[in-house]
Amino acid sequence: MKLEIETPRHLVDVQDLKLDRIEPTTDGGLRIGALVTNTALAADTRVRRDYGVLTRAIVAGASGQLRNKATTAGNLLQRTRCPYFYDPNMPCNKRKPGSGCAAIGGYSRQLAVIGSSDQCIATYPGDMAVAMRVLDAMVETVKADGTSRAIPIADFHRLPGEKPHLDNNLEAGELITAVTLPRPLGGTHHYEKVRDRASYAFALVSVAAVIQKDGSGRAAFGGVAHKPWRVEAADAVMTQGAAAVTARAFANARPTENNAFKIPLATRALAATIAEGKSA
Amino acid sequence: MKFDTPAGINPIDQEKVVGKPHPRIEGPLKTTGRAVYSYENQEAAPNAAYGYVVGSGIAKGRISSMDVREAKAAPGVLGIVTADNAGPIKKQGFYVAKPLAGPEIEHYHQAIALVVAETFEEARHAASLIRVDYARAQGAFDLAAARGGAKPHQRQPDIRIGDFEKAFASAPVKVDATYTTPDHSHMMLEPHATIARWEGDHLTIWSAQQIVGWARRDLGNKLSIPQDKIRVVATYIGGGFGGKGSVCSDAILAALGARAVGRAVKVALPRPLMPNNTTHRPATIQRVRLAAGRDGKLVAVGHETLSGNLPGGGPEIAAAQTQLLYAGANRLNLTRLATLDLPEGNAMRAPGEASGLMALEVAMDELAEKLGMDPVELRVINDTQVVPGDPGRGSPTDPQSASGNQGKPEQGPRPFSIRQFVPCLRTGAERFGWKERSLRPGSRREGRWLIGMGMASAIRGAPIIPAGGRVTLDGKGIVTVESNMTDMGTGSYTIIGQTVAEMMGLSLDRVVVKLADSNFPEAFGGGGQGGAASATAGAYAACVKLREAVAMKLGFNSADAEFVDGEVRAGNRRAPLGQAAKDGAITAEDRMEYGDLSKQFEQQTFGAHFCEVAVNAYTGEIRIRRMLAVCAAGRILNPITARSQVIGGMVGGAGAALMEELAVDKRFGFFVNHDLAGYEVPVHADIPHQEVIFLEETDPTMSPVKAKGVGELGISGVAPAIANSVYNATGVRVREYPITLDKHLAKLPEIV
Ligand SMILES: Cc1cc2nc3c(=O)[nH]c(=O)nc-3n(C[C@H](O)[C@H](O)[C@H](O)COP(=O)(O)OP(=O)(O)OC[C@H]3O[C@@H](n4cnc5c(N)ncnc54)[C@H](O)[C@@H]3O)c2cc1C
Ligand code: SF4
Repeated sequence: MKLEIETPRHLVDVQDLKLDRIEPTTDGGLRIGALVTNTALAADTRVRRDYGVLTRAIVAGASGQLRNKATTAGNLLQRTRCPYFYDPNMPCNKRKPGSGCAAIGGYSRQLAVIGSSDQCIATYPGDMAVAMRVLDAMVETVKADGTSRAIPIADFHRLPGEKPHLDNNLEAGELITAVTLPRPLGGTHHYEKVRDRASYAFALVSVAAVIQKDGSGRAAFGGVAHKPWRVEAADAVMTQGAAAVTARAFANARPTENNAFKIPLATRALAATIAEGKSA
Repeated sequence: MKFDTPAGINPIDQEKVVGKPHPRIEGPLKTTGRAVYSYENQEAAPNAAYGYVVGSGIAKGRISSMDVREAKAAPGVLGIVTADNAGPIKKQGFYVAKPLAGPEIEHYHQAIALVVAETFEEARHAASLIRVDYARAQGAFDLAAARGGAKPHQRQPDIRIGDFEKAFASAPVKVDATYTTPDHSHMMLEPHATIARWEGDHLTIWSAQQIVGWARRDLGNKLSIPQDKIRVVATYIGGGFGGKGSVCSDAILAALGARAVGRAVKVALPRPLMPNNTTHRPATIQRVRLAAGRDGKLVAVGHETLSGNLPGGGPEIAAAQTQLLYAGANRLNLTRLATLDLPEGNAMRAPGEASGLMALEVAMDELAEKLGMDPVELRVINDTQVVPGDPGRGSPTDPQSASGNQGKPEQGPRPFSIRQFVPCLRTGAERFGWKERSLRPGSRREGRWLIGMGMASAIRGAPIIPAGGRVTLDGKGIVTVESNMTDMGTGSYTIIGQTVAEMMGLSLDRVVVKLADSNFPEAFGGGGQGGAASATAGAYAACVKLREAVAMKLGFNSADAEFVDGEVRAGNRRAPLGQAAKDGAITAEDRMEYGDLSKQFEQQTFGAHFCEVAVNAYTGEIRIRRMLAVCAAGRILNPITARSQVIGGMVGGAGAALMEELAVDKRFGFFVNHDLAGYEVPVHADIPHQEVIFLEETDPTMSPVKAKGVGELGISGVAPAIANSVYNATGVRVREYPITLDKHLAKLPEIV
């Protein structure tokens, strides 16, 4: 809004909607209100015990001050960090549909290596959602007409395709009320966030992983696509090691010259979490 | 006062106040939010309107049309300044890029308009309503591609001593490597910001300026305003790093905007505008060739550097220090400048040395490895106490050092005034635990971390510039000192206060320090590591005069008078200092001028930087574990503020080594990552442990205060020390800064 990329006519304050509780669900999971702050969510003892990957992902993001203010729903909805998106002099299909994409052929070190389109190669930059993706969370919403629905996190964020201006599948006027987590998965929980500086930076690549005693597990990757990236068929070969997983997860990757390193980096970051899981 | 022979014993040598660790005298104002920075000066201009700068959307070409009608009619708008109504703006000044473009555009985000409105938001919104059509022109944005047209520059002539090519070709051990450093942005915390107010034909700016004298000069010249009708005030400055060396678009446009709307106007550059609108440290491509005998003695020292700039801009003088650092009979030292259409390159954090040592000191590490010699020892045996093959030109200078160091050719090699380079190396090696360094790169591992240690030498010129001061004694015995020296957070207030306190025999709380106002005596400012030495010498000169006046007033023979504990004493007579002013305040003003000591002696500061890093064997992430700097930099006027300067420099070095880079879009011709989300600088977690050691030193060839600057020494050599420690950790040599994980990932040990 400061850059006038968004110029909303009205702002609706949702802060008093009392959606700030974390409660157990009947099937053994957790229901996280849309207004629960990142700090409160990361610190919740149930989350720390049963969904460690989520706590680790949240505390790897932003800074303490930002996490105190950031809400669960708001965090899910952060927009890309593509630098051309933030420069109104530059063509950008996400900011101005049909204007072109300045990042393609430009400075794309941070941008997507997979799932991109000829219209947009932006990434989803957040951390929390990557952990939610590995946990198969559900996003609960209510629409303007009062009806509600639950969207699997896998279908919540979009790939850019022909409509890069849409980041997710929420309809106009649709409000997030909660995010639910299914029953705990067990295993060891890891969040490996790779970045140039030690803190306060978005991920070049991140890996959220839950690894079981027998070496099986699942992994979602951040910083590589327009949405948290997880390929279930790749999870299936976790016991064969990181390279086997990323060979499948990044099978159709189309990186740029600037960011091709992200693919071997994803393998190495996953290998680090697997090694950590073994030594745990 | 003229300083032309080395200083003898004087009151500063008592070191009762000078040299003591006094916390910053203005510190409490800053930590409690009461220090009023330029943009916040409500009192100066309670009714100020807001100016918003509009930056060009193209890098090179022309504005073919600009429609401001809608913007002018927008709510709250008071006026719009563009090239069409601004009047002539002359080019002369420290910065060469025009502060207001039109119709010609020289670089991306060059200001094309200032919108002035009642509120900031109104100005910003109206700015978005200005419609501009451009005619783009081809520009040169790629330094490597522009090499063909590169030329020497008069600021740094070529140096050829002996027969470099032959000596290099025939030496048994050599290194020939090319290193690149990217463009860097100052990214000081406080943006460029100014309030401008006219009273008749008198203009006052409250502006973030490192050198108020230059700001006044350049503002006057650019806008054709007589100097005596301009006042520049820069009481507090939230960092500058060379980026506030003179007036930028904020100051010029605030002045023009205030004139246009008949009211004070305040302008701050939004962060995303700063990297492309103002100046930056230009990228370099440097080739270093070093050749040595098997004993490690250098026989050929070659350093060639290339940088680019807008027409009229200068080169990054990145090779010059190499002439002064190591011995060696055959030498080649070339500086080349190409024309680019990127934003202006200019001074930033030890211009010259910071970039140059990033190449030279890695090449030295590479040479040490080839020789099978300890990197510290290699440097020790190549020490020199005279300027090697003295070209007689004196110190490498940067654009900010206005010292008269460019002397005539000399007979015989000149000695360094004092050179404690080897003690820096030895002390550092000892204190850092250098012998723990593993000799084989990539061989020390702790869990997932590869551990490495590295070091590099530091050298940085010690310019001293004529400076004045004014001191006033009142009846209560309080001395007020005035100087137009600035304080960017560097500690100037405190060290100038300490100098005056020492001279007048007072404790620091009996001295009031007033700085950074062009109505005060000229004292250069903060830049080129020249401010502290120059301004304290100016204060010294003024105090000498005040002492004479006080002695005379009290009837003492001024040669015998001692100023101690708030009293003046001679023989068995004593009088309170304030008594001299009982009939009215006594003011003394003087200026320190210099002879040719800086030509007789090479005046430099020296140091050694040591670093330990850990590199994640899986991901290649590089994390600094600890850093040490050993500095020999004249008298340390205050160990707290000096340390703060040096550790700040070390942070800048960490940024340069590991993350800072303005990414150039070579199609559109601009720096893409032009905000603090995209341009990463180190955060606290990147800097876990820093240590600084100052060697005992006074340099009587500098001034009676015997001090030098130290801040820029703090960054010079840091980045290569980190680079060398990364190499020691991984065994992978990265020659393109910043050293980010993608550059060595593929060569790190295989993972299973
Ligand atoms: C300097 C900086 C560094 C950062 N670093 C990181 C990082 O490393 N990792 C990371 O993951 N994040 C990072 N962030 C992003 C940060 O986490 C988000 O800004 C924050 O989580 C947003 O939460 P919020 O509640 O403030 O959302 P808001 O900014 O208030 O909202 C974001 C969007 O969501 C919409 N929205 C909010 N609530 C709802 C709802 N209930 N239903 C529907 N729509 C809603 C809003 O309308 C808006 O469009 C960083 C941010 C900054 C500024
Ligand atoms: S990658 Fe997407 S966000 Fe970035 S410039 Fe292209 S369209 Fe815009």
